[in-house]
Amino acid sequence: MFCKRDLIVVIAVAIVIAVSAIAAAFYQKNEGDTLRITIDGELYGEYSLADNQTVTMTEKLGYNRLVIENGTAYMADADCADKYCMAYKPISKSGETIICLPHKLVVEVCGDRDSQLPDVIVP
Amino acid sequence: MTTKSVARCGLLTALAMIFGYVEALIPFYFGIPGVKLGLPNIITVFALYTLPVYQVFAIQVMRIVLVSFLFGNLSMMLYSLAGGLLSLVVMVLLKKKKWLSIAGVSLAGGVSHNIGQLAVAVLVVQNLKIAFYLPALLASGLVTGGLIGMLVHKVKPLLDRSKF
Repeated sequence: MFCKRDLIVVIAVAIVIAVSAIAAAFYQKNEGDTLRITIDGELYGEYSLADNQTVTMTEKLGYNRLVIENGTAYMADADCADKYCMAYKPISKSGETIICLPHKLVVEVCGDRDSQLPDVIVP
Repeated sequence: MTTKSVARCGLLTALAMIFGYVEALIPFYFGIPGVKLGLPNIITVFALYTLPVYQVFAIQVMRIVLVSFLFGNLSMMLYSLAGGLLSLVVMVLLKKKKWLSIAGVSLAGGVSHNIGQLAVAVLVVQNLKIAFYLPALLASGLVTGGLIGMLVHKVKPLLDRSKF
């Protein structure tokens, strides 16, 4: 069913997957501290992950309700067509995203929680 | 275009639409939003190996436009067209080269389909961060494309015998 040259394609794609997965893992390893929300490429607002809160975004394309809870964020409700944004697992690591394509909305974790801690505490 | 080929294209388009509908009904969920089985691609790959290229393109575009209007929305059409046309171009070229088997061509098509969709998604939301889904989407394209290629490989001899 598969021939030898198919295997070359599989291996080539597998290498690309491995490299991009490693790159993504390196980028997303730290817990973030802020959420940046962009709609249609423009900044909508920034919210701290440390505060438990609910952010409701009402734009001309529709509304999304984002819940921030114990340092993680998830989409609780949305009136978009596919509801894929509500299917994302809660995000907390820097670089992780929740995307609502119909509403052109991107929620992105930024910053580094650990970097805000002081390096040295002088007594 | 003969009457027979018009009827054949219509039949395959209708079948691809049914597959698209069935897929929309069953919530296949693999953990990453947007990952789908791609059942209608069974028709695309099968048509690629039995019909002239322009008819395959016609079936593909008709299917995507009709399914998007019936069960989806306009933004869904944009993503489907980007993925569907890119994967078809890649598959037509690879098939012409005769390097790969049916399953191999379908596999490459599945991967390029997801690349096309991701590229449009990056353009629409104007945020490069979405590219982090590349590894997951490539892997799913590899698996689903391979599965569909294997299926067509098995089904095609049966349909050839029935003088379809």
